[in-house]
Amino acid sequence: MTYTQLAILSVLAVVAVDLWLLRTRMVLRRVFWASYAIIFVFQLISNGMFTGFGIVRYDGDAIIGGTSPSSGPPPFIGDGRLAFAPVEDLLFGFALILLSISEWIWLGRRGIQRTPVSGPPIWRTKASGLDQEGRTKASGPDQEGRTKPEP
Amino acid sequence: MARFGYVGVLLFVLAGCLWLEVVLRTRVLIRWRRLMLSWILPVALFIAWDVYAISQGHWWFDPDRILGWHLPGDVPVDELLFFLVIPLASILTIEAVRSVRGWSCGDETADPGGAP
Repeated sequence: MTYTQLAILSVLAVVAVDLWLLRTRMVLRRVFWASYAIIFVFQLISNGMFTGFGIVRYDGDAIIGGTSPSSGPPPFIGDGRLAFAPVEDLLFGFALILLSISEWIWLGRRGIQRTPVSGPPIWRTKASGLDQEGRTKASGPDQEGRTKPEP
Repeated sequence: MARFGYVGVLLFVLAGCLWLEVVLRTRVLIRWRRLMLSWILPVALFIAWDVYAISQGHWWFDPDRILGWHLPGDVPVDELLFFLVIPLASILTIEAVRSVRGWSCGDETADPGGAP
């Protein structure tokens, strides 16, 4: 199989894992797509560095575009590439990212180190610390506020 | 220095995400057992893919820009590091979004319908 075929297949397979095998349903959650939007930017930059600097090169028979040149960077955009990298890399990365997140969440659902939960950001603690300086610091709401940040 | 080219990109990714553990209190590294278990599937499946792709010549690496050590299947050690760093960065990011926005990830309570 070509890289193009494998990349498409891997996305379908990992989505199936997320929805039906691990049942984490990340692709149906806002938190996943907001995270992926951030990751996508870094994905373009890091894929671009790998391919633009010629650290990784690709065979034109395996991808939509042509073979990476033996010297100098490939096209920045066009010929099946975006930010120097074959578009297949975006699918490859998406599958890797979704699988990793799905497994992390699945483990949490199974009760493996569900806690300590993430948050709050340090600036929020500072604010509430100032508000509650002194007497109410160890009261219940503070604990709950920590485990479940406001939406 | 060129041999640190690949690892340099990974350091860029780490620089972009590790601070979340402190500033957004993502608490991913402190849950290192869950993190290590999360690495199993991505590492196993994507290393297998890597071995296949390298054997078929889908992609190859500039020998001057990788560390120079290889795993069985001719996979550069740099690639193994990639399959550790990217899952970590992904998990840090989703926990960072949860920290700031408080959106549900589905693991907040025990899984009622997980295993039969």
